[in-house]
Amino acid sequence: MILARVVGTVVATRKDSRLEGKKLLVLKPISPEGRDEAGYVVAVDTVSAGFRETVIVVSGSSARMAEGCKDKPVDTAIVGIVDTISLD
Amino acid sequence: MYLGKVVGRVWATVKNANLDGHRLLIVQPLTPELKPTGRRIVVADCTGAGAGELVYWCRGRESTFPFLPDEVPADSTIVGIVDELTVKRTKEAG
Amino acid sequence: MLIARVIGEVVATRKHASHEGRKILMVQPLNLDGTDRGDAVVALDSVDAGVGDRVLLVTEGFSAMTSVGRPQSPIDMAVIGVIDRVDLLPEATQTHTP
Repeated sequence: MILARVVGTVVATRKDSRLEGKKLLVLKPISPEGRDEAGYVVAVDTVSAGFRETVIVVSGSSARMAEGCKDKPVDTAIVGIVDTISLD
Repeated sequence: MYLGKVVGRVWATVKNANLDGHRLLIVQPLTPELKPTGRRIVVADCTGAGAGELVYWCRGRESTFPFLPDEVPADSTIVGIVDELTVKRTKEAG
Repeated sequence: MLIARVIGEVVATRKHASHEGRKILMVQPLNLDGTDRGDAVVALDSVDAGVGDRVLLVTEGFSAMTSVGRPQSPIDMAVIGVIDRVDLLPEATQTHTP
């Protein structure tokens, strides 16, 4: 799992039918200190995350364990919204 | 999947028994403009590709599926031989 | 999933049987600012995307295989959506934020 920040949304009308009704968000990975890291990913939102929120992201086949993603073509899913992070 | 060109072949007498009977080829990954990119790799093949041919190959666990029910320990496999490639790149912002 | 642009098509007669009947696309993954993200890749099409379309690209086996309806096949990437619109925060294309 990685930490990421919601920075955008993607709208696609023509898509795999199993993705109908799923919200697609653009995420930028961040460090635990909250710094943006390189790259981005498009993920399916399962927790109603909003812009600028810090979220927990699973990728690979585990993404299909997320709520409502079973047997769907989902390789990245948001599974949590982070309240706080504490570092030693 | 990725584009590539078959540039060689590997012979190995001693190898994992599940690799027996499989050709191991060396592929140079290519850009759509057919320029070499990245390191050459050893791949399995399910198409009968030969030296110099333009191919496309896949990576990961999916590479073992052409050989089912045999469990071939391959992590990259040629899955198609390219007859024709058309590329039209337009320069525009995302 | 990644945002990508369809830049070409591949024709292949000799290929794995699971690839029959599907368009084979040359797809260039993009960064959020629209620049190229690494090298272009080969992906099967599940939504009738065409050259020039901005698309959603899955880069994981199960998603790719099932989107084209071919489970247990050597397919590691597929185009599963045609993008109408991407909305981004202004800071999304910067590398670091304060």
